[in-house]
Amino acid sequence: MIYAGILAGGKGTRMGNVPMPKQFLHLNEKPIIIHTIEKFILNKKIDTIIVATPKEWIRHTTDTLVKYGLTMPNIKVIEGGTDRNDTIMNIISYIESVSPVSDEDIIITHDAVRPFLTHRIIEQNIEEGLKNDAVDTVISAIDTIVESTDGEYISSIPIRSHMYQGQTPQTFKINKLKQIYSMLSEEEKEILTDACKIFAIKGLQVKLVRGETFNIKVTTPYDLSVSNAILKGSMDK
Amino acid sequence: MINQIYRLVSPRQIEVTYKDSSITAEKVVVRPTHLSICAADQRYYTGTRGEEAMKKKLPMALIHEGVGEIAYDPQDEFPVGTKVVMVPNKPTEEDPYIRENYLTTSHFRSSGYDGFMQDYVFIRRDRLIVLPQDIDMNVAAYTELVSVAVHAITRFEEKSIKRRSSFGVWGDGNLGFITSLFLKTLYPDCKVTIFGKTDYKLNQFSFCDEAIYINDIPEGYEIDHAFECAGGKGSQYAIDQIIDVIKPEGSIALLGVSEYPVEINTRMVLEKGLTLIGSSRSGVADFQRTVDIYKEHPEIVEYLATLIGQVFHVTSVQDALSAFESDLSNSWGKTIMNWKI
Repeated sequence: MIYAGILAGGKGTRMGNVPMPKQFLHLNEKPIIIHTIEKFILNKKIDTIIVATPKEWIRHTTDTLVKYGLTMPNIKVIEGGTDRNDTIMNIISYIESVSPVSDEDIIITHDAVRPFLTHRIIEQNIEEGLKNDAVDTVISAIDTIVESTDGEYISSIPIRSHMYQGQTPQTFKINKLKQIYSMLSEEEKEILTDACKIFAIKGLQVKLVRGETFNIKVTTPYDLSVSNAILKGSMDK
Repeated sequence: MINQIYRLVSPRQIEVTYKDSSITAEKVVVRPTHLSICAADQRYYTGTRGEEAMKKKLPMALIHEGVGEIAYDPQDEFPVGTKVVMVPNKPTEEDPYIRENYLTTSHFRSSGYDGFMQDYVFIRRDRLIVLPQDIDMNVAAYTELVSVAVHAITRFEEKSIKRRSSFGVWGDGNLGFITSLFLKTLYPDCKVTIFGKTDYKLNQFSFCDEAIYINDIPEGYEIDHAFECAGGKGSQYAIDQIIDVIKPEGSIALLGVSEYPVEINTRMVLEKGLTLIGSSRSGVADFQRTVDIYKEHPEIVEYLATLIGQVFHVTSVQDALSAFESDLSNSWGKTIMNWKI
């Protein structure tokens, strides 16, 4: 089985003083999360889409899906967790509660606030996810990455051609992710905010899939303005 | 949903643009899978369409020959995954006498309106024809071009006299190949002769009864009807020769597009009482007839497969540009883009 997990757990503190989480803000008069879910609906290989959202926003999410006609039986809304990985684990627990999970089953996790993803990115995540334990979507770093451990002076400048910027989706073999996550201490869980990093630090392979520079995460008012501008700037034909 | 549309913005420059479309509105959502490059696309791509047309029509997504799979149908009429051919012509009115491809109000994709180079194509349900589900999709990709030949044959059938024992097809390119192949299939007892000038191209026409070099037409040679598929400057020479060898009251179907006005020996047109039938593009009925012929004569799909030139695996704009560039240097066959973008 192929599951999609839409991570809408954030409350969007970076968006400034707005009354709702960023995934519900409108991009061209439609909530960002709707744009994102629609791309997953269009992929026929995905069996179930699970949207994880803060508890107090579950009803709002369900209402929003109904309002935009996304009432397909294979879309489920559940409660997210305290952080990113916890949210993914909640999704996995949900999956286990409704059907048995085999070692071949995968989950494509994606930020609700990355609505610009493409068919190819999802397809390649599925393709590589079935062949590998973990998959990360990345783009080559354009700017030079500078490392500073004290925030005052440069500690190193890595070779740029070896640097990538992580996006989502991130795709995992469900059982494998669960197994590795359960091996972490509470302390490690707190530090390891990225699920692919869990695989990487345990010395396991994570396959790269090429993302797109436009597959941006809409997290600040600036991102929202840019996203609206590029949508409206594309002339209709 | 934010749909990516890959538009030509100036010659040889394709950029991604974004458009908000709702999957739950009326239109059917199709994922394009196999796209085929046409000479008309190349005229935009290289900028040879002329400054005025370029200015008026760009930015615009190219490609009007393409097939795909149903990704979502809000009315649940087409099951997800159904293989379909997409009709690029979009009529905006109905006329009891004029076909949809001749109505000046019709919109045509990749000619003023976005073509199929998109993440998903949102299309009216009456613009979709279901393909045989086991068809070679690289071949099905250029069904639009095939439907143009089928349209010309249909018009010819309606307008020509019934004596049909021999056909001559002028032009040894893709359109000449398809037209003569369909004539031979639909009229197996008729003699179909291909007239061309390039040895290696003429060798491809194994199904024709005869291949004749245009500089070497036997004295006193005669045909009942002719199809001109030469195009460009070649149209004039072809029409001249046709008028010489065609029997009185024959019909000449004109399919070749020419950028320049072509001179026609009207004296002999009058003397022989000839009928000239112009045809351009095709409509949904022609697509349907084409697909019906695919089903009835599966061998025709195998013949059409010999037209596949290069197949490109396209996952980026750069790959698409490579396909267009390579197609420019191909003198025979169709360039197909396996659309994985």
